[in-house]
Amino acid sequence: MHNQDFFFQALIYLGAAVISVPIAKKMGLGSVLGYLLAGVIIGPFILGLVGNEADEVMHFAEFGVVLMLFVIGLELQPSLLWKMRKSIFGLGGLQVLITSVVIAAVAVLFGFRLNNAIAIGLILALSSTAIVIQTLTEKGLLRNVAGKSAFSVLLFQDMAVIPILALLPILATWGSNINLAESNLDKVTGVSSMPGWAQLLLIIGVIAAIIFIGRFIARHVFRLVAETGLHEIFTALGLLLVIGIALAMDAIGLSPALGTFIAGVVLAENEYRHELESTIDPFKGLLLGLFFISVGASINFNLFVEQPFKILVYVLLLIFLKFIVLFILGRIFKLRKGYDFLFAFLLAQSSEFSFVLISFSIQNQLFETQTAGILLLVVTLSMTISPLLLIFNDKAVRPILSRRENKQDFDEFDEINPVIIAGFGRFGLALGRFLLANKIQVTIIDSNPANVEILRKYGFKLFYGDVTRPQVLEKAGIEKAKMLILSMAEHEDALKIAKHVRKNYPRLRILARAKDIFHVFEFYKLHVRITQREMFNSATELGVKALVQLGFTRYEAYRAGRIFKHHEEQVLEELYSTWKEDEKEFIRETQRFSKQLSETLLTERNYTIHESDDAWDVDSARKESIESSSSKE
Amino acid sequence: MKRILVIFAHPAIQKSRINQQMIRALRGLEWVTVNDLYDNYPDFYIDVIKEQQLLMLHDIIVWHHPFYWYSCPSLLKEWFDLVLEHDFAYGKKGTSLEEKDAISVLTTGARKEVYSEKGRNRYTINQFLIPFQQSAALCKMNYLPPFVVHGSYTIPPEEINNYAEQYKKLILSLRDEKLDRKKINSVEYLNELIENNA
Repeated sequence: MHNQDFFFQALIYLGAAVISVPIAKKMGLGSVLGYLLAGVIIGPFILGLVGNEADEVMHFAEFGVVLMLFVIGLELQPSLLWKMRKSIFGLGGLQVLITSVVIAAVAVLFGFRLNNAIAIGLILALSSTAIVIQTLTEKGLLRNVAGKSAFSVLLFQDMAVIPILALLPILATWGSNINLAESNLDKVTGVSSMPGWAQLLLIIGVIAAIIFIGRFIARHVFRLVAETGLHEIFTALGLLLVIGIALAMDAIGLSPALGTFIAGVVLAENEYRHELESTIDPFKGLLLGLFFISVGASINFNLFVEQPFKILVYVLLLIFLKFIVLFILGRIFKLRKGYDFLFAFLLAQSSEFSFVLISFSIQNQLFETQTAGILLLVVTLSMTISPLLLIFNDKAVRPILSRRENKQDFDEFDEINPVIIAGFGRFGLALGRFLLANKIQVTIIDSNPANVEILRKYGFKLFYGDVTRPQVLEKAGIEKAKMLILSMAEHEDALKIAKHVRKNYPRLRILARAKDIFHVFEFYKLHVRITQREMFNSATELGVKALVQLGFTRYEAYRAGRIFKHHEEQVLEELYSTWKEDEKEFIRETQRFSKQLSETLLTERNYTIHESDDAWDVDSARKESIESSSSKE
Repeated sequence: MKRILVIFAHPAIQKSRINQQMIRALRGLEWVTVNDLYDNYPDFYIDVIKEQQLLMLHDIIVWHHPFYWYSCPSLLKEWFDLVLEHDFAYGKKGTSLEEKDAISVLTTGARKEVYSEKGRNRYTINQFLIPFQQSAALCKMNYLPPFVVHGSYTIPPEEINNYAEQYKKLILSLRDEKLDRKKINSVEYLNELIENNA
C-alpha cells in the first residue's frame, strides 16, 4: 500500500513535469516556470492531487540544489574561482549586506520589531541558486558577464547561510525574555557538547579531509571503480560521494550545498570529472524539477485570498528593493549596456534557502506562525515571478535599451571601409585577421560588448552595434561599401539582414557563413551565392589528417580532401535544384529529400573518389606495354 | 574555320605586363576559347573530364605560358600529367587528339640571342620545346613552330601592344586557315609569318 502511494505520487509529479515543461519551453517561458506552474496545477488549490506532503517532497528535493552546486563546482577550476574572489566577496558581500539593511529598514517601517525586521532582511536578501543557475544554463548565459556576476553573488550567499543560521537564534532571544542558553543555538551545529574552539577545529578538519580525499584519494577510487566497467557502480559512487559530503557537512553544521561545491571544485581537475558530471546530471535535473514543482505546490493560496492586496504589495516591494540594490551594485561593478538589467532581474527573487531559514526561525520562536506564513508565501511568489521578470527583460527592457543605444551611446563609425564584417566571434575573428593581413580595410560590427572591448585591446577596429537594425548598417557605411560579410552565428538574423540588404542595396556583394546546407539554400534563394558552411572545411581537413594517420601518403590524403570538397560543391548544386522544386511542400517533402540525400551519399560511395587522378595510375599503360612487348616476341 | 583552345597558364597574371595584354586581345573572339588554368583551378584540382571534353571540341590547341626554367609553369605540367591520359590521348585506343594542331606560345625574359648555341642558355627555344613537341607527337598531333615574345623584361610599354596585336592576328589567321600550311613548317617561329603578312 505504501509503495502504491509512492508510485502514485511519482506518477503525478513526473506526469506534471512531462506535460508542462515542454509546453512552457515551447511558449518561451523556460523550464523553471514550467515546473512551478505544474506544481501550482497539481497543488491543493487547483487539482489537489498533492497535499501537505509537498513540503516533505520539497525537503527531499532540496538535495537537487546540493547536486547542482556539486556539478557547478566540477566546472570551476580552483584558479578560476580565485580569479572571481573580488566579485564573490565584493559584489556578493555588499549585496547581502545592503539588501538586508534596506529590507530590514522597510520592515521596521511596516511595524515589525527590530529583531524580526533584521531576520526578515537577512532571509529575503538571498536569491535562488536553483532558479538562477537553471535559467543561466538553459539560456547559455553562464559565461556571460552578467551570468558570472550573478553566480559570484549566489556563491557568497551560499556561504552566508551559515552565519545567518547562527545569528537567527541570537535575534530570537534579543528583545524577548527567552534566555540565550535555552535557545536552539546548539541546533545550528549539532555538535552541542563541544566547546566553540573544538567545533571550529572540527569544521576545518572536515573541510581539509574533503580536500585531501578529493585531491589524492578520489582519483584512485574512481579508477578502480571505472575499471570494473560497470557504469551503475560509478553512478553509485558519484551519488555516495555527494550524499556522504552532504551528511558530513550537515553534521558539523555547514551548508551541504557549500560542502559539495567545495568537493566539486576540488575534483574539477580530476580526469574523471566529465564522467562524474554526466552521471550526476540527470539526478540533479530531476531533483531540481521536483523541487520547483513542490515550491509551486506549496504556495498557500488561502493565505493569499485572505489578504491579496497586502501580499502583492509585499512581493512587488521585495522584488523592487532587491532590484534597485542589485542594479546599483551592478553599475558600481561596471556592468553596462543591458547587463546591469539582466543581472538585477536575475537575482531579484528570494531563495530556497529562505524556506530553511524561515522554518528554523519558527523553531526558535522568532516569528509568529502568521508572519512566517506570509514570509513563506512572499518568498514562493517572488520565486514564481522571477522567470517572468526575465521574460520582461528580454521582451521589453532590452529592445528599448538597444533602440536607445542606437540613438545615444552607439559607437560612431569614423571611417568608411569597402568591407563590412557582421559578427566577430571565433569565425569572424579568423576571417577578419585574414582580410586585415591582406591589407583589406574592414569595418567590423559586433553586438556583444564584452567581445568588442576585448578585441579592441588587441588593436582591432570594432564597433558595437546590433546589425539587425538597419540604422547600424547605414552608420557603418553600407551605402559606400562594396561587400558585406555575414559571419555571425545567429543564423536567422543573418538571413534577415541578407534579405534587407538585398532589397535596399542590390549592388552590394554579400558573402555569408552558413550553418548547414539548408541554411545555404536559404541564402541561395536570396541570391546570396557565396556561402561557406561553418563546419564543412574544418571537418574535411581533420578527415585529411585522419587519412594520413591511417597510412595514406600526405599528398594522397590531401588530394582526397580536395576531390571530396569539389565533389561536395557539385552535390550541393544538385540538391539545391531538388530543394527549390520541393520548397512549397517542403515539410511534406523533407522525407523524400533526405532520402535523396542519402541516395546521393550512397552513389558517392561508388563514385571512385580517385577517378580524376587516374593518369597517375599507370595500370592501363603498363598493361598495353606488356601486351605489345609480348606480341613482339 | 577552326576552333581554337588557348590553354593559358600564368600563376601571377596580376604582375605580368605582356601576357595580360596578350590574353586580353583574345577575349571575345568567336571560335576561340581561352582556358585560364590558374583561374579555373587555383587549388590545382583539375577537372579532367571537362578538360578532355574541351580538347575534343577544338581543332587547334595552344599552350600559352611564360617560359619558366625552360619549361611551363607547374599547373600546366599538372594539366599534361592528368588530362592527357592513356587511352584518351595516347596508347592504342587513345586517338582523341589525332590530327589536331598544337602550338606553344611563350614569353621569355631574355632576348632571342641568349637562346642560341653561343648564348647564355646554350640551346634554342625549339630545342627546349622538345618535350612539348614529342608530347604532341605521342598524341598524334601536329606540333607547329612556336610563337615567342622575347625580352619581356626590356620591351618598352608602347611596344607591348604590338605583340598583343600580332598574337591576335596569328590566332585569327589560324582560325580562318589563312596561314600557308607549306610555309608553316619552314619557319623557326610563327612570328615570322605574321610579320611578313603585316
